[in-house]
Amino acid sequence: MSKGTLFWRYVAAIAITVFFLFPIYWLFIISFKTPDEIFSFPPKWYPGQIHFGNYAVLFKDGDAVTVWNSLVVAGVSTVLAMILGTLCAYSIARFRTGGENLANWIISQRMVPPIAIVFPVFLMYVKLGLVDTYIGIILLYTAFNLPYVIWMMRGYIQDVPKALEESALVDGCTRWQVIWKVVFPMCRAGLLATAIFTFIFAWNEFLFALVLTRTEVTTYTVQVTHYFGGQSNFWAKISAMSVLGTLPVFIAVAFMQKYLVRGISLGAVKG
Amino acid sequence: MADLKLTQLHKHYGAVHAVRGVDLEIPAGEFTVLVGSSGCGKSTLLRTIAGLEQADQGSIEIAGQVVNDMPPRDRDIAMVFQNYALYPYMKVYDNIAFGLRVRKMPEADIAQKVKSAADMLAIGHLLDRYPRQMSGGQLQRVAIGRAIVRNARLYLFDEPLSNLDAQLRDEMRSEIKRLHQELGKTFIYVTHDQIEAMTLADRIVLLREGQIEQAGAPLDMFERPATQYVAGFLGSPPMNFVPARLVAQGGGYAVRLEDGAELALPPARVAKLAARADQPVTLGLRPEHMSRAEAALRPGLARYSSRVDLVQPTGSRTYATFKLGGVEAIAELDAHDVQRANERIELALDMNRAVLIEPSTHRVL
Repeated sequence: MSKGTLFWRYVAAIAITVFFLFPIYWLFIISFKTPDEIFSFPPKWYPGQIHFGNYAVLFKDGDAVTVWNSLVVAGVSTVLAMILGTLCAYSIARFRTGGENLANWIISQRMVPPIAIVFPVFLMYVKLGLVDTYIGIILLYTAFNLPYVIWMMRGYIQDVPKALEESALVDGCTRWQVIWKVVFPMCRAGLLATAIFTFIFAWNEFLFALVLTRTEVTTYTVQVTHYFGGQSNFWAKISAMSVLGTLPVFIAVAFMQKYLVRGISLGAVKG
Repeated sequence: MADLKLTQLHKHYGAVHAVRGVDLEIPAGEFTVLVGSSGCGKSTLLRTIAGLEQADQGSIEIAGQVVNDMPPRDRDIAMVFQNYALYPYMKVYDNIAFGLRVRKMPEADIAQKVKSAADMLAIGHLLDRYPRQMSGGQLQRVAIGRAIVRNARLYLFDEPLSNLDAQLRDEMRSEIKRLHQELGKTFIYVTHDQIEAMTLADRIVLLREGQIEQAGAPLDMFERPATQYVAGFLGSPPMNFVPARLVAQGGGYAVRLEDGAELALPPARVAKLAARADQPVTLGLRPEHMSRAEAALRPGLARYSSRVDLVQPTGSRTYATFKLGGVEAIAELDAHDVQRANERIELALDMNRAVLIEPSTHRVL
């Protein structure tokens, strides 16, 4: 490739990157501005000084605890969905549990529009006393993510050569040991990629959280909407809260990018 | 006591009856090869012995104990798989040590066992590598290493050489045989390759459609096959089969081919055939039991003249295809016995070695 072509490629790449990163930059930068700076015209492209006041307010008022709620709810439901879903996927992949159709039926559950079931679930939760509890929302997210986990892990497990498991069985493993010592290491990239996506689904979930929580376990996605008022919107709080809510996912993806890419592309190179 | 005893073993896969009532005893220390064409049930039989498949009927005894309901790990077996089945995320050392670690052997003992197995298989310098950094032959050595460190009672091999190229296969074949001699353990080896079966086995068990067609020492089976199937399966190129009729000739008997040629049978074979005079038989003759005829023939040889259709020199030997009693047959001749197609040659057929088969039952007479 000539130097000229390479130069223009870089230019194009940088332009595209700037275009897509700008909204995120804007979100971050607003969170460090004073209210005056937020509304100034022409807009200030960068703040005169970094101002942490918006964050301080969130922590002082206790709003920041909603990020913790999201972390607990998304984290625990991800762990549960991964454990249950992977075992279920193993059973379907290896023992043909449920025959040909069970796997298809399971993934079809993922296609149910959440809005169609949110009110029946709400009424049920009222009866069971699960509204606005960790358990309630964790159970729901786990159930909602299970089909995805089962579907993805079934594919990864089917790709593990059966002879590897049989060899381990002959060599002295129990079925549980086979799963732990052979299937998990073989599916490591797939497990991590699936876990990250599951976590992100739960982290970003809004509808169920809006309907099923009140004050105790409000997640950050719901909290952000509290700053949209009839008279005015609290842009400073909205942006600061959004940054707090974005950071954990940013960090998780940054650390696990390698597995994420491998996990996604694993299915693509199947022979 | 037999190391392995199978009694009336049956295995179904859905509608397919893969193993149909197999009875087999394998004494300790024997190298048994289960051989047969694909789909004959040999791998299923091995996997059932290993406990990777459940037997539907019959019993499997290992060292006198019925193991039908025992998981593979308790059966005191080690197994080598066709595709090596090495764990790609473990180094060679850890692959070999895997079975010992699962069984909680102390690390010091493991190190010593892995080392001695690796030395035996000449893979000592590879212990630090991952499987993806190795060739097929090396991978199979590691897989064999993983089996032999286990010090099991039965060693099962499921077509271990079929993924290797021809030269490597010959090399590994002799190594497996040498290994068996050194270890003195019971080996059960599955293959579809009759050369592997002949060269490796103390005893060949030839399977056909889920049943044992014949079992015996390799040369016994080669020289005294019980059925036409066995006769045709062992040997390469395979035995020629020619429809014929048994006729009285002089004081003895001969087989008359469809082209009218009569091949006299040696007197030693006549006694058993008297009752079958004038009945159809199938004549079986191995390619290597034909040669270019000399002016005077030894007793037991029969002269046959034919035109050669095809000549295939292999270097040391030459295969000549010709019509024998109207049927295409192959003779294995000395390299220079026949030069080109369409040549007329006089062949000496060794009737001492010929087999006569009852055409309706396909059993050797």
